[in-house]
Amino acid sequence: MQSREVEQGTEQKVEQGIDRVINQLKNYDGNLVTLMEVCGSHTAAIAKNGIPSIISEKIRLVSGPGCPVCVTPTAYIDRLIELAKKPDSCVVTFGDLLRVPGSRESLNEAKLEGAKVHMVYSPMDTIKLAKEHPEIHYIFAAVGFETTTPIYALLIEQLLAQHVENVQILTALKTMPEAIDWLMSHGAKVDGFLAPGHVCAVTGSDAFAPVASRYQEPMAVAGFQAEELLVAIYGLVYQVEKLRKDKLHTDMHIVKEQDAKRSAEIYDENRGAEWVLNYYPSVVTSEGNLMAQEKVDTYFEKCDATWRGMGNIPNSGKVLKPEYLRFDAGSRNLTEDHKKNQGCCCDQVLMGKIEPQNCPLFGKACTPQNPQGACMVSAEGSCATRYSIS
Amino acid sequence: MKITLAHGSGGKATGELIDEIFAKAFDNEILSQMEDSAVIAGSKKIAMTTDSFVVTPLEFPGGDIGRLCICGTVNDLLMRGAEPKYITCGFILQEGVDTEQLKRIVKSMAETAKEAGVQIVAGDTKVVEGTGGIFINTAGVGFIDENVDISAKKSQDGDVIIVSGNLGDHHATILASRMEIENSIVSDNAPLNDIVHSLIAGGIDVHVLRDVTRGGLATVLKELAGSGKCTIELDETAILVSSQVKDFAGLLGLDPLYMGNEGKLVAIIPENQANQALELIRQAEYGEDAAIIGCVKKSDMDEAGKLILRTRIGGRRNLDILQGEGLPRIC
Repeated sequence: MQSREVEQGTEQKVEQGIDRVINQLKNYDGNLVTLMEVCGSHTAAIAKNGIPSIISEKIRLVSGPGCPVCVTPTAYIDRLIELAKKPDSCVVTFGDLLRVPGSRESLNEAKLEGAKVHMVYSPMDTIKLAKEHPEIHYIFAAVGFETTTPIYALLIEQLLAQHVENVQILTALKTMPEAIDWLMSHGAKVDGFLAPGHVCAVTGSDAFAPVASRYQEPMAVAGFQAEELLVAIYGLVYQVEKLRKDKLHTDMHIVKEQDAKRSAEIYDENRGAEWVLNYYPSVVTSEGNLMAQEKVDTYFEKCDATWRGMGNIPNSGKVLKPEYLRFDAGSRNLTEDHKKNQGCCCDQVLMGKIEPQNCPLFGKACTPQNPQGACMVSAEGSCATRYSIS
Repeated sequence: MKITLAHGSGGKATGELIDEIFAKAFDNEILSQMEDSAVIAGSKKIAMTTDSFVVTPLEFPGGDIGRLCICGTVNDLLMRGAEPKYITCGFILQEGVDTEQLKRIVKSMAETAKEAGVQIVAGDTKVVEGTGGIFINTAGVGFIDENVDISAKKSQDGDVIIVSGNLGDHHATILASRMEIENSIVSDNAPLNDIVHSLIAGGIDVHVLRDVTRGGLATVLKELAGSGKCTIELDETAILVSSQVKDFAGLLGLDPLYMGNEGKLVAIIPENQANQALELIRQAEYGEDAAIIGCVKKSDMDEAGKLILRTRIGGRRNLDILQGEGLPRIC
């Protein structure tokens, strides 16, 4: 029997309020506004909905380091491969990581030489595997941002509770506010940020307030539906214009006189901390998920971290605390980061300095089938996303 | 009983396996001759196809590898406008296959063959070392009327694209089974004879038919845009996805446009027959949720080969074929 519960995939009519927002974004004719999203799911959702094609060319959307797979340094991949090739060891990972190039090869390529790699959909599957095969030492490739770290904390908690001794994790855990700080202090040409909705659900929108106010950079926490993204983009453009107006006493372009009041309402009703606007209030609060934060703080502590193409960013990572180091498979000091191909411009793409298609390798030497840099690997990487829609 | 290497030896155990399981279920006058090859009657143009099925799990909500292999083969024949008639099947069994499960799968094949109006006229069985896997290779033969000419190259400017129902159910079913996630999504695996026969018998000048299997709708249509040297434009709001599949896909970061199906087709039809064709498909079995989802354009050669999705908010998204391996095999 076929499922009869069918709905028009995207049947809901775009509300009238959104029409107005789209209209204004389409007709915006002020100074160039560059906005960066720092979440891979935002990158994918923007492309999927064709948002760049319906907004003014004077609003430029660039993709920052929002895909955890894309910012994992080569030393980490090399270490995973080393572990996967050890006798009686097996690396457990999500699928995306398999194709990320290390300094010599990817995990997928290493598999052909006997590296043992098992793909799972949840880190918790590792416990089941470990119990079924106590003779094998499992290493979970724990890559991610603030969103996934709580799951690794739960994994450690369960390993302890169930006395499972043949599982370790190799961490490449990163935190976003510090990365934004680094981008701004290294001259990224960005007027405002779409703050990552899922990350903010865990950290709370307040986590981004210090960096936003330090650089006087407006941020908008956005959801992942087309409308949620459009409203957040609108709010950012509005605020960037407002700031410029306050500074330069020039005209505002996005808000025509008659719409000024309504626009101000959209802007105001979602207000959060002074520099961080929360356009995803159904999911994100200012303080975030306190229980998740507590779990993370129980097992992990802050550390410096190497971001592929960007280098070392102080305090932008998490590692297991010393008292849980027996669960760590050697995550500290994985700082080396070699380019597979010297022409690769992933670093500049991640900083929003160039568009993916301006990299000389884009679509030529570097394709999703044969990625030279990490931005082309993950389906949510900025280069792979751009490649798939161009 | 468990299958052992002896069942593939060609000796007594093989004979028993064939008699007890295959011959009993597939019985027909051609197969029962048990000759080295099947001799079949036929004239007209002949359509031939072959396919291999390696899906895990072997049984899943809404179907199994047996139903799947018949549907897949029959549908490939139908997409050229052929009437499917005969099928052969080669089984590669791993040691340890449970004969009760094999019986269920073979029964399902026989029932699906009956539903699809085909006879299984030849077969082969081999047993290899392993842990209970079943792989099936099929070949199919069908006959095409002289005046029927359906081909990927035949799309014309202004043609309308119809899809026979909602997308992604088979893909979601297989993934959910593998991930041990319980939901009520079932595979759409089905033979599409009735839809194709209705269109041809109804006098529709069908230009192109394709079944929307691995790679999903986007991959299939992107390939058709290339082989037809045309632009295909889709309306996102017209494309059907059940809310369950949509939620499941969202959870896993999958796009239903790239998810596989085993009982859906796209038809490219002249604009003046579009509504009539849509009605015929909707009245046919497995076509009740059919919808017009887009059109073919040949006016702008710069856009030839492109598949363009008009998104719900009025944006434009260029769709490519599925990149990378997607996910583990699903058929």
